[in-house]
Amino acid sequence: MSTAVAGEKKNYLNEHTGIWSWLYTLDHKRIGIMYTVSLFFFFIVAGCLALVMRYELARSGPSGLLTPEQYNQAFTLHGAIMVFLFIVPGIPATLGNFLLPLMIGAKDVVFPRLNLFSYYIYLIGAIMALVALLSPIDTGWTFYAPYSIQTSQGVVLMTAAAFVLGFSSILTGLNFIVTIHKLRAPGMTWMRLPVFVWAIYATAAIQVLATPVVGINLLLLIIEKTFGIGIFDPKLGGDPVLFQHLFWFYSHPVVYIMILPAFGIIGEIIPVFSRKPLFGYKAVVISSMAIALVGFFVWAHHMFTSGISDFSAMIFSVITFGVAIPTAVKVFNWVSTMYKGSIRLDTPMLYAIAFVFIFMVAGTTGIYLAALGVDIFYHDTYFVVAHFHYTMQGGAVIGLIAGLHFWFPKITGKMYNETFARIAFVLVFVGFNLTFLPQFVLGMNGMPRRYFDYPPEFEPWHFASTIGAFMNGLGYTTAILNLGLVALFGKKKAPANPYESLSLEWQTQSPPIHDNFEKTPIITDWTYGYGQPVKTAHH
Amino acid sequence: MSHHEHGPDCTHDHHGDHMGHIMPGHIYRNILIALLFLTVVTVGVAQIHFGGVWNIIVAMFVASIKAGLVAMYFMHLKFEDKFTWIYAFIPLFLLFLLIGGVFIDNPFRIIPSPQ
Amino acid sequence: MGHSTAELSDPQGPPHVHHMDAKTAYESAKFGMWLFLATEILLFGGLFCAFALFRWMHLDEFHAASKHLNVWMGGTNTVVLLISSYFAAMAVDAAQHGDNAKVRRNILITIGCAAIFLVIKYFEYSEKIHHGYLPWMFDKYSPEVAHLNEKYSVFFALYFCMTGLHGLHVLIGMALLGWVYSLAKKDRFSGRYYTPVEVGALYWHLVDLIWIYLFPLLYLVG
Repeated sequence: MSTAVAGEKKNYLNEHTGIWSWLYTLDHKRIGIMYTVSLFFFFIVAGCLALVMRYELARSGPSGLLTPEQYNQAFTLHGAIMVFLFIVPGIPATLGNFLLPLMIGAKDVVFPRLNLFSYYIYLIGAIMALVALLSPIDTGWTFYAPYSIQTSQGVVLMTAAAFVLGFSSILTGLNFIVTIHKLRAPGMTWMRLPVFVWAIYATAAIQVLATPVVGINLLLLIIEKTFGIGIFDPKLGGDPVLFQHLFWFYSHPVVYIMILPAFGIIGEIIPVFSRKPLFGYKAVVISSMAIALVGFFVWAHHMFTSGISDFSAMIFSVITFGVAIPTAVKVFNWVSTMYKGSIRLDTPMLYAIAFVFIFMVAGTTGIYLAALGVDIFYHDTYFVVAHFHYTMQGGAVIGLIAGLHFWFPKITGKMYNETFARIAFVLVFVGFNLTFLPQFVLGMNGMPRRYFDYPPEFEPWHFASTIGAFMNGLGYTTAILNLGLVALFGKKKAPANPYESLSLEWQTQSPPIHDNFEKTPIITDWTYGYGQPVKTAHH
Repeated sequence: MSHHEHGPDCTHDHHGDHMGHIMPGHIYRNILIALLFLTVVTVGVAQIHFGGVWNIIVAMFVASIKAGLVAMYFMHLKFEDKFTWIYAFIPLFLLFLLIGGVFIDNPFRIIPSPQ
Repeated sequence: MGHSTAELSDPQGPPHVHHMDAKTAYESAKFGMWLFLATEILLFGGLFCAFALFRWMHLDEFHAASKHLNVWMGGTNTVVLLISSYFAAMAVDAAQHGDNAKVRRNILITIGCAAIFLVIKYFEYSEKIHHGYLPWMFDKYSPEVAHLNEKYSVFFALYFCMTGLHGLHVLIGMALLGWVYSLAKKDRFSGRYYTPVEVGALYWHLVDLIWIYLFPLLYLVG
């Protein structure tokens, strides 16, 4: 990285230099950056796979690019990499690592060595996953028994990789929970915490509590595949639906791991760019914790057509409707924050507003799927594919991109190119919706997911979706190049607080010094007092 | 930043740096005796056939008393703050959910009889 | 950067970390270990869930299969682990009073109990394997198991998975306690600093806790 130039202020980037100062670092900020680089590498790999799939699906009939078996491997690879290597570590590992101590006024997380260890475990798991995915695995990222038991040996290595990655997730979550409990600066009471910190806390709780269940599930799968015991195999007295219970008990809460931090980011951006206090702070806090809790109660809505009892299906359906309520509360809070605010449409705000729109679609289509009678028809169709891409990509990824733009000056001390950022935004927003809106239509008309080919009447929608996908890809490429190249080679220096945010991380220099603050800050007011008379200043 | 409760067995002195709560030593021995006794109870009570689901309920109940003693006294949970309590007990709640969810599924499935 | 060597001025005091004071460091380590134990409970919990389901599905087979387990060996192991837990707790007590010699003695006894546990386990396992109770050997091995069907197989699959995973944690616990012992050998602990002993003992108690439930489930109730 850059060496300290004469006259340049000492900060965490230039204080120690050389590759080993990064690989052995205990600084949460550097660890966050290393995660960001790694995660986006895998995002690009999995994204390219998506484009390969969309190319295949653009027209009815085989394109000649992929065999049907290769298509199955492609969607398995795409899903497994995106979920386990990108979105689950996601915002917590990247922006969470960088910002959490800054936002609570601490010098670092409570267990810095554990933090670095988490990162290396992530890398080990990621390498294991890549090696595993080279052998043909075509089970889909969900590894359902009994097919996963009967098929390729790559499943063993892949699920072992997921186990290792789960460990990284657990240790990060554990670190964050203890940090938030123990290292808040004087005066930083629970109800003065930024909503991003609350979001990270709720996420960390899910990481710690849900991940072990999928851990044991995958372990049992590995043992059954290797030794032929009969836990999931009905011929040996087992129950394949048990695999799904144990799998989704984690994998439903995991979607809240993916989205809660994004909610937190939006909750930070909107007040700053509306110059208004966050509306209903308490409601936002309570809804974050409620989503984390209720998210544990609904897992079997992924199993409505798997043969579970009608009785349980009805119960899970009703509770799933319930989990939408706290999310809706947040949407009301964001919109109410913007109402009569003084809106500045910088790039982070563009992404944030887009997020609100996209998440309305995402959440509402989730309600469709929660309805038992509807889901019987929509399950395993493109309706589901569109829904989860609206939540995961339109929600979590756009939240991450918004956050990377917002905190870019804090992280790098530079300003990205606003023009290219806006071009990228337009490409992403238009491309994303063009990719996935047609997929709702496809699903409603019965197009099944994970299918290599389809009848000609579906072609116009698929073709439009593919155009959107390439536009989307171009948009992300532009955004990533903009941020990456400016971070590495940019010259324009950013002020310490370009967006005039009241939040604690902005009250220190950009980029921060190694220990974050010159003196431990003392907090006397909450973070969102925009447009209100200043009570007392932060130190 | 955090405080600890002062339980009835608390005898630690307040001068000098102290970290955690120090229990009087004989408590540990008494708990061990109780645990060994409860182990005998565990085996004994398993010989009685309560019928139906009760055998396992009684066995788990006795095991939970033993587990509670280990947690409260050997692991000092009795003297820990409320957040430790929350994270100590939430896994049990979640397991209850998981097993409950499985048991509103499997036993309620209607298996059609072969025609 | 954080490091764990003690200050020269207080070789038995808490190590200097630059981002928090000693009390916060101690409480954080304890809290962190409790969180980790929560994950372990959930990890084993999945197995308990599987056991609950299959016991309900194949109750008679589970009863019958359980009778093949040796209650005496299981019971002895229960007692051994309870005693080991006692000595782990006494090690923490000794450390709180700054008695490193007692810490070493109690840790060694704890590790010794763990070894006894594993030895008994070894005898149990080899007896099972010799009689062909390994799930995938079921229809191939000795006449006494030839009549057993796949539903017995699930009991033994769960038996080996649950006790096996537990045994792995016994090994990990022994290693952790061994590390604590190595610190006690250097007279590292005092009333001002005994975090590794407390944290190591907490982990060890979990191993005991899990067995407290495994024993009646597998050996007694079946």
